[in-house]
Amino acid sequence: MIKAILVFNNHGKPRVLKFYQFYPEDLQQQIVRETFHLVSKRDDNVCNFLEGGTLIGGSDFKLIYRHYATLYFVFCVDSSESELGILDLIQVFVETLDKCFENVCELDLIFHMDKVHYILGELVMGGMVLETNMTEIITRIEEQAKLEKQEAGISAAPARAVSAVKEMNIPQKFKDIKLPDLPSIGNLKF
Amino acid sequence: MALKKVKGTLERVLDKNLQDLVRGIRNHKENESKYIAECIDEIKQELKQDNLAIKANAVNKLAYLQMLGYDISWAAFNIIEVMSSTKFTFKRVGYLAASQCFHDGTDVLMLTTNMIRKEFVNSDMSSVNTYDAGVALSGLSCFITSDLARDLANDIMTLMTSSKPYLRKKAVLIMYKVFLQFPEALRPAFPRLKEKLEDPDPGVQSAAVNVICELARKNPKNYLSLAPLFFKLMTTSTNNWVLIKIIKLFGALTPLEPRLGKKLIEPLTNLIHSTSAMSLLYECINTVIAGIPNHSASIQLCVQKLRILIEDSDQNLKYLGLLAMSRILATHPKSVQGHKDLILQCLDDKDESIRLRALDLLYGMVTKKNLMEIVKKLMVHMDKAEGSHYRDELLSKIVQICSQSNYQFVTNFEWYVSILVELTRMESTRHGGLIAAQMLDVAIRVQAIRHFAVSQMAILLENSHLLANNSQRNGICEVLYAAAWICGEFSEHLKNPQQTLEAMLRPKLTSLPGHIQSIYVQNLLKLYCKVLRRLEDEKDEDSLAQVHTTLQEKLPIFVQSGDLEVQERACSMLALVKYVIKIREKGVSVGDELAQLYAGELNPVAAKAQRKVPVPEGLDLDAWINQPESDSSEEEGEIMGVGFFSTVGSEEHRSSYQVESMRNTPEPTPEEMDKRREARRVEQEHNPHYLKDEGRGKKSRKGNNDVSGIPVAAIDLSVPLHVPGLSSSDKYMQLDDTKPEGRSRKEGKGHKKGKKKRRKGKHSESEEDDVEQLHAVSTVYDAPEGVDNSDKEDDDNKDPYKMLDMNLDAPLRDDEALPVRTHRIVLDDGHPEGAKAATEDKHKKKHKKDKDKKEKKKSKKEKKKRSKSESHEENGPSLLLATGGEEGEEAAAVNNMEEMPEENQVHENNTEKGDDLDFWLSGNDAAVQKQGAGDVSANGSANVEENGGAAAARTVPTVKVSAAEVVLTTDEEDHMHMDAEEKPKKKKDKKSKKEKEKKEKKKKKSKEKRSEYIEPEGITTPSKENLPPSQVPTPMEVKLPPMSSYRLLAENSSVKLTYEVRINHQRSNQIVVSIVFANLTSHTLKDLEFNVLDTLNTKLVRGMGHSNSDAVKVPFTLPAGTQNEGQFAFGVEEITAPQKLRGTLTYILKSADGSSHEKVDFKINLPCSSYLLTLPCKSEDFADLLGSGDLTAKSSINVAVEAVPLSHILARLSFFLHLRVVEQVGDSASLFSRSIQDHPVCLLLKMSNGELTVDGKSTDNSFLSNILEDVRIVCSETTAPVS
Repeated sequence: MIKAILVFNNHGKPRVLKFYQFYPEDLQQQIVRETFHLVSKRDDNVCNFLEGGTLIGGSDFKLIYRHYATLYFVFCVDSSESELGILDLIQVFVETLDKCFENVCELDLIFHMDKVHYILGELVMGGMVLETNMTEIITRIEEQAKLEKQEAGISAAPARAVSAVKEMNIPQKFKDIKLPDLPSIGNLKF
Repeated sequence: MALKKVKGTLERVLDKNLQDLVRGIRNHKENESKYIAECIDEIKQELKQDNLAIKANAVNKLAYLQMLGYDISWAAFNIIEVMSSTKFTFKRVGYLAASQCFHDGTDVLMLTTNMIRKEFVNSDMSSVNTYDAGVALSGLSCFITSDLARDLANDIMTLMTSSKPYLRKKAVLIMYKVFLQFPEALRPAFPRLKEKLEDPDPGVQSAAVNVICELARKNPKNYLSLAPLFFKLMTTSTNNWVLIKIIKLFGALTPLEPRLGKKLIEPLTNLIHSTSAMSLLYECINTVIAGIPNHSASIQLCVQKLRILIEDSDQNLKYLGLLAMSRILATHPKSVQGHKDLILQCLDDKDESIRLRALDLLYGMVTKKNLMEIVKKLMVHMDKAEGSHYRDELLSKIVQICSQSNYQFVTNFEWYVSILVELTRMESTRHGGLIAAQMLDVAIRVQAIRHFAVSQMAILLENSHLLANNSQRNGICEVLYAAAWICGEFSEHLKNPQQTLEAMLRPKLTSLPGHIQSIYVQNLLKLYCKVLRRLEDEKDEDSLAQVHTTLQEKLPIFVQSGDLEVQERACSMLALVKYVIKIREKGVSVGDELAQLYAGELNPVAAKAQRKVPVPEGLDLDAWINQPESDSSEEEGEIMGVGFFSTVGSEEHRSSYQVESMRNTPEPTPEEMDKRREARRVEQEHNPHYLKDEGRGKKSRKGNNDVSGIPVAAIDLSVPLHVPGLSSSDKYMQLDDTKPEGRSRKEGKGHKKGKKKRRKGKHSESEEDDVEQLHAVSTVYDAPEGVDNSDKEDDDNKDPYKMLDMNLDAPLRDDEALPVRTHRIVLDDGHPEGAKAATEDKHKKKHKKDKDKKEKKKSKKEKKKRSKSESHEENGPSLLLATGGEEGEEAAAVNNMEEMPEENQVHENNTEKGDDLDFWLSGNDAAVQKQGAGDVSANGSANVEENGGAAAARTVPTVKVSAAEVVLTTDEEDHMHMDAEEKPKKKKDKKSKKEKEKKEKKKKKSKEKRSEYIEPEGITTPSKENLPPSQVPTPMEVKLPPMSSYRLLAENSSVKLTYEVRINHQRSNQIVVSIVFANLTSHTLKDLEFNVLDTLNTKLVRGMGHSNSDAVKVPFTLPAGTQNEGQFAFGVEEITAPQKLRGTLTYILKSADGSSHEKVDFKINLPCSSYLLTLPCKSEDFADLLGSGDLTAKSSINVAVEAVPLSHILARLSFFLHLRVVEQVGDSASLFSRSIQDHPVCLLLKMSNGELTVDGKSTDNSFLSNILEDVRIVCSETTAPVS
């Protein structure tokens, strides 16, 4: 079972959180902080498994993480999951994101948290791995996106127009935002 | 109106969407919370709108805020509104928010039940609906509660059979969550879940594997019966995910079923050799370790592979390699020790995770020889380590490896104490308590080390201010607890007690935690008593006065302590000191009497001793002993003293040494104390529950401490130590190196001259390395009598997984259907929901019925047969019992059968399952593949075919009699295996058998009387003499001479044995020899014992725990003139040659004038034909087989036969040799059979001119020629028919 999936950036800011067991919001934040603390002090060339999270899990649980550019993807899993399997799953997840957002970067996750959740929902359900085949996952996501578009139809036209206008400002705004380099994931070595 | 709406919409267009919100938050970095508060207000406004699009937008934003840590549960109702939208887009938003924030306590969750059900019900209508249902399932998986699980289980079950793989997959997966919340669903849903293991869609299959693996992880034994299925999946699946899960599952199953492990060795080792996927390789290794730890070749392979992993540059593989290595360590420490170099190397790795794993392994690496070296290395690491977590881990590992198995590897305790002392230098460790416990343990249990330990502790106390300084921050001050206690308790070893006394009275100490201070005060008193006595003896009044002054000066600081206990103890002590001073002024010396206070030796108390004291009969612990208002007496206080003085938080430090705190009752005069002590001693002696300390305690209780008897090393401490007061452990290393033999160690070293007496001979060292332990570790623990030392804790934790521990193979009871919500149905036929529910229910039941139907058909058939044969019943001899009342018995049996078909099926099903697995486990791989991994139906249908419906077509299952080896099995129609408790089934079977027999009886006129029989374990007895299977299907209509396959085995004046060999259809390596024992005398034969001289090839199955020369008891006695049948299974290896077995039957003949012990020898012939199975074969298949070229062995014989029709010969051949006629054309015929080890045998018979030519083909030459030899014998024995 997967107990939680946490995605946060190099500064510990949560980007996507998915807990498959209920934790109140403040505890969730604490878990993120603790996990960030544990993960961030590790070099990139050490192993991707970590024990010793006190807030989440227990002796049976492990943190399995990968670090991509500015983001940490952390899975908290118990012993029924294969360690290397989960690493592969993280890879599948990130590659799927990359396909869906076309060269995904942190900003995509920041502005489209909901979409990331929908994608994640096709991989993992209720803490269990649902699908690992990327083509199947992407087909499902695309079909749902199509549905969404159909539904939006004419009624959403004004909203779309307005948001288009809003979007026009974005490049300008992005220049104002001081962010660390956001190289696309595709260029990275895993 | 419409205009207003449009206007509203337009305004709303300018609402923030999620992106705006995110952007806004990023732009308001300085006052983020204020900005978010504004946004939440806006969202609240938006939620008040009627427009769902606006609400959905608001909810979407809330989901984002939830991630940032804001509570959004107040919007739960709005979230549900959005979830109920008809639009997929909004719905998805709603479910996302719900899955993020709903939980068990969300009260509006019950509103979702019908909404979700509607999604499920409509799921098949269009692709939109498919995704609607998919979204609902995903959401539900996050917030399912037991109510939702109960109400929706049935609908999810229906979805499991949906036409859309996407939904099936999700439905299967969510079932696990349903089971967790609603365990009652597991049994009804399990058959379908099992079905899904073979779903055509790989995703669904993988989901089902996933769910079953999760279930099986917690309760593996219930899933053993699925092993064949998983085995098949494992050999066929190419999906690594599925493979990993299955292999993990096998890892959980194999410890429960050793035979499974054997079966897995081959495929697993193949995978290990061949796979390129590291994840798969790793899991295979794990399963081999968990499941087949006894197969040393595989383990060796694993260790090799693991070494490669550990040496890999990939840190992940290194980590996992070490992890798996630690599992091997548990079973094969030797194999791991070979890689010590590698593991020690990993200790230096830069990665903490890897170092921690390597530390785990160290535990198994140490020996007496290398312990010091390893610990030294760890100490060096500790100095370098920066993270406190890692340092703590190191510390506890050092203690663990040193103290493991009762200090097995510690040869020199002085070294160990030094190590412990060195460890106290570690800053900010949280293991102070651990070190303290070790110090106490060592000081108490290793008597010889006390002197040294005390001197070290005294130095620690001297420097206690160093440790006490930062007591708030770290737990290291705990060691002062141990130091104070050791110095107090063993104060006779102190070199300079006065100095220590003063050290313990420093004002700085008040900064220590209360429980340590109270130990200080307590031990001050002990020390004071000792000092007083000694100084009195020495008549050193000056020093004494000085001591008294110091005490009177310094004790008040403890009296002022905020800690109640410290205060109390200090008060008592101060009063005592004052009293002593007063008495002494009168010139009375009190030293001896005071010393009595702490006379005697303490044993450590086993940690669980108190809990394990049994409550004596008739003692009600809850009842008042005295009425509550009276003050409890001192005596009581002492007995119930556990926890009497313990304050919160200090318990753990005392648990093992409570005795000490009990002694703290203040202010009794020495006389009183003496009296009380005496009283207690008497009481203890008479109290059966009090531990009587043999030998050790007794002698010293009275105060005659024979300290001198304890071997003590006097240590010359004039040698300077590096750190003030702390001894270094390094010297022991050199010491260890230089000394040639542990024995002469002291003499060579200058700084350790002493009278250390070594107890020679007391050490029984059986270690492979001849390093001797220098000190004996006492293992005496105080514990109540009759307490087992097992660490078993009966914790009754409510585990949700325990609820899922249920037998999944037993068929469903009627009440076990999943709840269908009926109370919502209005009594209106048109109500869609009710109708739907009803049909679902039907659907489900149908599924169940199908299964039942099969069973019923069977019984129907039997009923028919019975009615046919009913008329003959009167004439038939009793088959059930040898008593006179056959008819009644019979009727009862019939009734029984009719009354409880249900139950019969239960048993049958059960046995079939167990049998299935059993068969699968015993069968060889080829058979498995051929049979579709233990597919019952294949088995069953084969039998049906074979029997051609002539006889009752029954698949008679074998029952696994005992756990493993002794599985005696049966032929289809021949006989039954029965467990004693399966009475009803037994009757039924007998019944049906009887009918069958009756028919055959007419043909075959053998009559036999039966005496009663017993069914013991491991031996079966048939209810009736049996006909070989081959007779039934013989299609001949010719009159045949009576044939019996029973051959004479042995005969003497009192007993006659005839036997028949039967095939076990389900085991390729077993045959059953059925022996009829007939008593020819008029006396009773008893204690029959059957024994056979095993050959290399053929061995009698004797059951567990018997050696291969033991006789097997025949489980019945033979009254005069009766006969009975017993069956013995033989394991066979090679079947290509005939076997002859010599054996003996011994028995006691009990006649009127006494009994005699007799025996009869016999020889059992097992010709090759006895290994043949009667199997159906179509002529086309026969031709194919002949043409396939597989049959390489050819042979032919000629037999002269006179005037015997071919049909006759064929009948005999098929009867005696289990051959089966494929075709008969004129004077030629083809016959076929297959051996239990799968050698096909094809024979072609041609009759011409009184000569029979038999051409045979098979796969094995010698087998074929032996068969042909058998054919020759049978043919030549054939005589002309009696017409």
